[in-house]
Amino acid sequence: MSDRDSPVTEDELHAYVDGELPADRRDAVEAWLSSHPDDAARVAAWRAQADAIRAHYGAIASEPVAARFDIDKLTRSGRSWRAIAAVAVIMAFLAGGVVGWMAHGASAAAPSRFDIFTSTALDAHKLYVVEVRHPVEVTGAERPHLVYWLSKRLDYQLLMPDLEASGLKLVGGRLLPGPFGPAAFCMYEGPSGERFTIYYARTDAPQTALRYRAGERFSAFYWVENGLAYVVSGPGDRERLLQVAQAAYDQIDKGVPAKTTR
Amino acid sequence: MRLPSLERESALGGFRQDIEAAVPALRRYARALTRNAELADDLVQDTLVRALRSEHLFHGGELRSWLYTILTNLNRNRLRSLARRPAVQAIEDNDAPDMAGPEAGARDIERALASLVEDQRTALLLVVLEGLTYREVAEVQGVPIGTVMSRLARARMQIKAYLDGERPALRRVK
Repeated sequence: MSDRDSPVTEDELHAYVDGELPADRRDAVEAWLSSHPDDAARVAAWRAQADAIRAHYGAIASEPVAARFDIDKLTRSGRSWRAIAAVAVIMAFLAGGVVGWMAHGASAAAPSRFDIFTSTALDAHKLYVVEVRHPVEVTGAERPHLVYWLSKRLDYQLLMPDLEASGLKLVGGRLLPGPFGPAAFCMYEGPSGERFTIYYARTDAPQTALRYRAGERFSAFYWVENGLAYVVSGPGDRERLLQVAQAAYDQIDKGVPAKTTR
Repeated sequence: MRLPSLERESALGGFRQDIEAAVPALRRYARALTRNAELADDLVQDTLVRALRSEHLFHGGELRSWLYTILTNLNRNRLRSLARRPAVQAIEDNDAPDMAGPEAGARDIERALASLVEDQRTALLLVVLEGLTYREVAEVQGVPIGTVMSRLARARMQIKAYLDGERPALRRVK
């Protein structure tokens, strides 16, 4: 009795084709294939597919790489945020107009502050998280300026939490027209591109605890403290979003970011 | 070509060189993923911009997998935003007559790939074209290895069915 006799699973056939099969099962699979022509035919078909895919696309990796992919150039352009700030301001204005108009339409049905702020914040979130080159007006590299500027426009000393302990880096922020006045919006990003945003707007609504709103693809946590409404938006995973919102909430509640920024 | 001013940042230089070295493979992957040269190169460029900007977020590990993850996520976001718009998606040479010879074979594999669900296509391409291990694909897609295996199995079954002639009715109806 040896491994040769134990039946071969479909997963093992795939692993065999992809070179992921443990060495001690290779003989068993080969023996199996020699006595099971249907499986042998499937394996041959999968190999032919892989060959066709490699034959069709493989040569692209040998093409000369165009100047647009020059890393030095991309690095420099990535840094010249100020050069594109004018475009970003116009875009923010147009985009904010749409958001504001939508919120205006919604207010006809007299929804709660919770509904208004979370839908406005989620709209802004959806709009900007897909932006690759112009996600923000002022980058996280200019954090003190960003905080100063947005605080001044909202006439409220804002606190931008440090979420590095949650694996998130501040991308930057922007000013948005909100349903009742200016709103501040800042974006954080994780190592593989997941993005979270925090939306701030003045409100006369009473203090609340964290409240959750589930959206189609994005969800949000909302709370109000000392006349300011906060909405933390992110991908649909509730646990992860709660963890991020909690970290932001704790720091804002204490009145200090987790660690002082350079 | 490296600028003298960048020599100061020699620690970062290694990171950039590694990214630079990955560009040809990223272009290959993006092309197979989108089957559109222009779109593919836009995706690669966006991936590079994002990777360079997130340099501080890269805590070691497999740089290549990280880049594939960014590109895969960007492509998924792109498809989502397309899905929300009215369908103006370019369908390349969909009605071109069948041909014989290698030309036809090449187009067949392209169409067979196009018939796959996005997650299955991603898994298959990362394994057979990019040579990632099942574990690496699981990391890129953010799912357990078992899910990668079943995506792979379904992708292969669908391609085989497609190439064996069970193509969508669309192609037969003229």
